[in-house]
Amino acid sequence: MNRFSMADCTTVDAALSQLKDGALVKAGGVDLLDRMKDGIEEPARLVNIRNVAELRGIRESDQGLTIGPLTTLAEISNHPGIRSQYQILSDACGHAATPHIRNMATVGGNLLQRVQCWYYRSSDFQCLRHGKDICFAFDGLNQYHAIMEYSTCPSVAPSSAAVALLGLNAKVELSSAKRGKRMVGVRELYIVPDANPTKFTVIEPDELITAIIVPKPAAGTRSAYQKYGEKESFDWAIADAGVVLEMDGDICRRAVITMGAASPVVRRSPQAEAVLVGKPVNEENARAAGKVAVEGAAPLSMNKYKLDLFPVAVYRTILLAAGQRDRDPSAAG
Amino acid sequence: MTNLPVEDALTAQAAAPAKKTVQMPVGVPGYTLVDEARDVPVSEPPVWPINKDLKYVGQSIERYDGHEKVSGRAKYTSDIQLPGMLYAKFVNASVPHAKVLSIDTTAAEKYPGVRGVHVIQHVLGNAVLRDPSLEQVKYPMVRYAGQPVAAVAATNAAAAEEAAALVKVQYDVNPFVVDPVKARDADSPKVFPGAADEEASAGGGGGPSDVKQTGNIHGPSIHKHGEVEQGFKDADVIVEGHYVTQVQTHSALETHGVVADWKPELLTVWASTQGTAGVREELAGFFKLPLPKVRVITEYMGGGFGAKFGAGNPGVVAAALSRKTGAPVRLMLDREEEHLSVGNRPSSDQTLRIGAKKDGTITAIHLLAFGTAGCGTGAGCSGPAANLYKSVSLHTEESDVFINAGPGAAMRAPGHPQGAFALEQTMDDLAVKLNMEPLDLRDKTDEHPVRRVERQIVRESELWKSRNPVAGADRGPIKRGVGFAQSVWYRFVSMNSNAEVRIHKDGSVEVLSGVQDIGSGIRTVMAQILAEQFGIPPSQISVRVGDTNYTPGPESGGSVTTLSLTPAVRDAAWQASQKFLADIAPALHTTAADLVLVDGEVRSRSGKMEPVPFKRAAAKMTSSQISVQAKRVPDYDRKKYLTYGGVDVAEVEVDTELGRIHVRRVLSVHDCGRPMNPAQTISQINGGIIQGISFTLMENRLLDPVYGIMVNPDLEQYKIIGSREIPEIDVRLVEAYIGQSSTDASGIGEAAGVVSIGAAIANAVYNATGARVRRTPMTPAEVLAALHASAQGKEMA
Repeated sequence: MNRFSMADCTTVDAALSQLKDGALVKAGGVDLLDRMKDGIEEPARLVNIRNVAELRGIRESDQGLTIGPLTTLAEISNHPGIRSQYQILSDACGHAATPHIRNMATVGGNLLQRVQCWYYRSSDFQCLRHGKDICFAFDGLNQYHAIMEYSTCPSVAPSSAAVALLGLNAKVELSSAKRGKRMVGVRELYIVPDANPTKFTVIEPDELITAIIVPKPAAGTRSAYQKYGEKESFDWAIADAGVVLEMDGDICRRAVITMGAASPVVRRSPQAEAVLVGKPVNEENARAAGKVAVEGAAPLSMNKYKLDLFPVAVYRTILLAAGQRDRDPSAAG
Repeated sequence: MTNLPVEDALTAQAAAPAKKTVQMPVGVPGYTLVDEARDVPVSEPPVWPINKDLKYVGQSIERYDGHEKVSGRAKYTSDIQLPGMLYAKFVNASVPHAKVLSIDTTAAEKYPGVRGVHVIQHVLGNAVLRDPSLEQVKYPMVRYAGQPVAAVAATNAAAAEEAAALVKVQYDVNPFVVDPVKARDADSPKVFPGAADEEASAGGGGGPSDVKQTGNIHGPSIHKHGEVEQGFKDADVIVEGHYVTQVQTHSALETHGVVADWKPELLTVWASTQGTAGVREELAGFFKLPLPKVRVITEYMGGGFGAKFGAGNPGVVAAALSRKTGAPVRLMLDREEEHLSVGNRPSSDQTLRIGAKKDGTITAIHLLAFGTAGCGTGAGCSGPAANLYKSVSLHTEESDVFINAGPGAAMRAPGHPQGAFALEQTMDDLAVKLNMEPLDLRDKTDEHPVRRVERQIVRESELWKSRNPVAGADRGPIKRGVGFAQSVWYRFVSMNSNAEVRIHKDGSVEVLSGVQDIGSGIRTVMAQILAEQFGIPPSQISVRVGDTNYTPGPESGGSVTTLSLTPAVRDAAWQASQKFLADIAPALHTTAADLVLVDGEVRSRSGKMEPVPFKRAAAKMTSSQISVQAKRVPDYDRKKYLTYGGVDVAEVEVDTELGRIHVRRVLSVHDCGRPMNPAQTISQINGGIIQGISFTLMENRLLDPVYGIMVNPDLEQYKIIGSREIPEIDVRLVEAYIGQSSTDASGIGEAAGVVSIGAAIANAVYNATGARVRRTPMTPAEVLAALHASAQGKEMA
């Protein structure tokens, strides 16, 4: 790890004023410090926002939720209001990583964590996403990589929270000292590697996430998230699914199906959603939705098995959201 | 004999010490226990009865050092802090195969805080060319990415790491190969320009050195008896399978490392090692020091699993840096280095064929095996095929395949988890083909008396009775299955096993040996033996281990520690107690023969005096200390060829839509002679099962095919078992007395389930789904592939 200086801030304004000269923001430090220890990030300055009290906490209102970005995954997953009305979010935060990490990791940091591709994470491989001109995954080991919506870099979206927040149509509030505030949708937060391989998100160096706004789901909404790994404890998703269903009696009025480990950036599956809308939710329809969720997929040399996994993740999570099935014992976390 | 010169008479006497005949319990209580006669040296202590009739030995006594460990007071090597200690960091090769042209250490040496830089001239661990003249090099050839090249010592760890990055190594890069199948091709890049061999360590490993080498293929090593061709002709059925197992790294919690303190009078080394004696020997040999000038200490160590023998590169380099800088040097590997450079379980690629008669009689076993131990050797895996079943004929042919990867090392039952994975699945196939119960087939072909008892315990278990003999019978996507597999391990005895017992005048009793406690609990067992002998609670015994200043103990590899050392401990304790009674008898106005030590008291057999508490009796000693050293007496009946058994049953649920295997329950029935401390023995078996499941389902060292670099050198993407994957493990310990020593202990470290659990899981998966998974790790991708292949096979049929 390189040597660096660190500015400890306790207010948003102080933190924003420190965001200059290549300084990086440190919240829980879970992913950033990993990157520094792996030698793939060498910031000269860190701005520690861990103790900015105004950025931590959950506010519930008639409009929905306002979540401070420093709220930990554990706090979100244990919040009674989120557990009852935003199940997809408590599922995603409550099954990420390990209990220890969930106690340290912030939701803002979770959204901004970098991809887990082992080539990106290794200082031995300088890849596209470090500004070089090569991706090592295509000819290399790609069993955990993307099966769709990639062209230059097939790494996969690592954040479970993002899969859930996309399903809930959440927005992220970004603040800068010079330009004030702006709102960005979860999908728009991320830059696809084809557009700019080194930037990852639209957040500018002088910006902070200052809030996560989650609109209140319509009456009759049910939701769930599940992820699958090679291990049950402490593993990255090899398949996952977020499901939000607006129900009108037995009939699904509106559906949102989201996925993380299929593509470089979190995605919705309009095909799967279309299968459900206007129909009763049952195993047959859920399986049909799962099947089309991987339509158009193009697996790499080692990850064809994901074509089997995603349809199962989607159908089982639809049934979980609809209350027709218990949490899958095969799911991870 | 009358005219023999004096020396010859002494020799004759030494060769045949006076013997007495004793009756010893042999067999399994409740099943096969009998008394057998043994001729033993007259100096041996009285025969112990079976465990239920002992007070401390054979009981689940609390771990002697449990509180030290859980409270963090126990000092591991990485906890050692010495005044002025420097921190060292390796510079490791960044390419998988190269000649080193130059190493420029100038910038590193000038870096603030740096006190010394060492360039490695002899790299340890790799196989060595039989003809070294084939390679004219200034520095050791780089044969894998991560091979240590140099090292830097600095006043703090950060400076050492930063300075190490400044060492400039210029490489002349050679073509390389990391795929063990491609490495077998004649036109593949060669890891060595000629034949090369790796020596075994005290833990085993290493391959044969009397075999030919063709390209990267080191071998074959062939073993046979009978005529297999005839055997297959005589067979009514033949089963065959191709099995592939991956490379697993040892991944002990504590990495390899040492703290070395070179002083003119003495080199003191704290080492995370399985053998203090071997570290000392290697350092003394390397630096040409007499043995008394090297002292090695291992107070506590955090796991080795076979990879921690000898000083190795960390030990030698730390000592060299300490000599150079005049300061103590700490060199602990990081997790990446641990994966890359200090050993691994070699892979295997096995084609196994078994022929049998309708009644189950095996007529032929044929094994063709390749495996890679990287730039080392030791991938042989024929042990189970050669030693588990009676076969009319046997032919095994195994070769090491060199690739540009870190050298293998002995790992918990070298070769056996791999071999059993193939053998026990093939036996399961054979049972299906013969329409026999898997246990009945083994009863027919396996002559081991203890495994027979173990199978009987399985047969009577609720878990086995719940097994549906029809494979793939469950409806629905999640299918349950139960599978069975057997293991074998061997009785090795380390005769370099000594112990000293001291009785102090204040009533303290102390036992000392150079042996190291690698976590399996020899400290506790030593305390139990003294407790049994002196009638004092084990917690009151002082146990000193892990220091070459004490009388030499065995190195802990091959499951030798308990069975080798405990007879020496007991003999020393017994002889010390006799010496003690003789010493105090006059003061008690009686004779030694009249005295006996029971329940912490010295008692008179004749009743001529009241019992005296041990402590008060000790005060009557005529000197301040009585000390006895004893060495291991050879096994009483060395004509017996002894192996250990052990069988495992796994219950799995297979989610056939996701290819996910969940191991729900394991029934593990194992023997280890006289279990000295059942709780500790069971703990070993729990560990073996857990490590075996991790090997079978998850762990995999992944090397990038284009660059030859490991992509998952951590414990995150190198997937290792976590708490949620650990099943309910029911261990049934079988006491199996063999009448071989004064403690009759045996070993368990390697027979502890790690051999057979993989095949038991695979057989359970077959029982659940009707599909065979013949590759490890059995990830969702592998399981789904096997399920698809099986479904396709059924459609075609």
